[in-house]
Amino acid sequence: MTPSQKRRLYMVLGILVGVGVATTFALQAFKSGIGFKAPTEVVAGAVQQDKRFQLGGMVKKGSVQRVPGTLEVRFVVTDFQNDVPVVYRGVLPDLFKEASGVTTNGRLDASGVFQADEVLAKHDENYMPPAVGRALKKGESRLEPPASPAPQQ
Amino acid sequence: MNWVWFHRFGSPPYFYRFAGRWAPWFLGISLVLLAVGLYGGLVLAPADYFQSDVYRIIFVHVPSAYLSLMTYTWMAIAAAVGLIWRIKIAHAVAAACAPAGASFTAVSLVTGMIWGQPTWGTYWAWDPRIVSQLFVLFFFLGYIALRGAIDDRDRADRASAVLAIVGVINVPIVHYSVDWWNSLHQGPTLMKSGGLRYRCRWRGHCW
Repeated sequence: MTPSQKRRLYMVLGILVGVGVATTFALQAFKSGIGFKAPTEVVAGAVQQDKRFQLGGMVKKGSVQRVPGTLEVRFVVTDFQNDVPVVYRGVLPDLFKEASGVTTNGRLDASGVFQADEVLAKHDENYMPPAVGRALKKGESRLEPPASPAPQQ
Repeated sequence: MNWVWFHRFGSPPYFYRFAGRWAPWFLGISLVLLAVGLYGGLVLAPADYFQSDVYRIIFVHVPSAYLSLMTYTWMAIAAAVGLIWRIKIAHAVAAACAPAGASFTAVSLVTGMIWGQPTWGTYWAWDPRIVSQLFVLFFFLGYIALRGAIDDRDRADRASAVLAIVGVINVPIVHYSVDWWNSLHQGPTLMKSGGLRYRCRWRGHCW
């Protein structure tokens, strides 16, 4: 390599390192604002009351209650350590199901209930044929204590 | 070792003759493979246990997103080679990557929106994965715009190369966004971290 090529190589590496470090710092600074909060973080006081944020977790099995005659629905978001109750008025996505992922936007009210204005269903990256999914579900319910309700299909 | 055959590719007339000869063959092969891939994804593959048939858009969505990031990486490498060694053909390769990459990025975003509406319940979410992928699109478009805005070709090559190199920082961010942050977007389909974890449905929670 000629000296001027070497100089330009160092310049390119310098740009990469500089931009990389700057981006890392910027992302660290905004860390708490990116992505959703899990119930454990919420219970630990990670968010101020009346501040909008995104709550995410699993819809707790057996927690979904609909108020007849209205669009109001109550459910519990859990990360299997802590729970946050949610109330929402509106249409739920088709894939909203108990014991499956959810993210929801809104704010906590004074009684610690999450007042949601948007509920989105989260699915994972494990795609499988229905027969395999059913077989897994079967195995899952065998592992659970007998008192819990059967998984809804 | 004799590298003459390789250095010849640095000569624009030689490269253009070579590329012109091979382009129709690659077009034919890619059309055949596209047809085979779409048949496999849309007809042969079974439905998903959770999303049934709507998940099939994954066979267009994931390859587009993958090609978007790969094309960006190639563009940045070619731009860096052009910048360091002053090779004209490298800048030409980078310039050719931009419209293709922008198209793949746009396809990944649009198919993601089409997939998001019936599954998540919304076309658009301000999710780390989606926003970082939107940045990839902006970098591609910015690269094209910057090249187009400078009349002097050598200056346009160099200025746009720097932009391409700066933007490559975004590639690992897009890939790891679903691991680093709690996101609505599911984890990576290709190159899953930790191999196949088919029963881990929630942040490492396996049951």
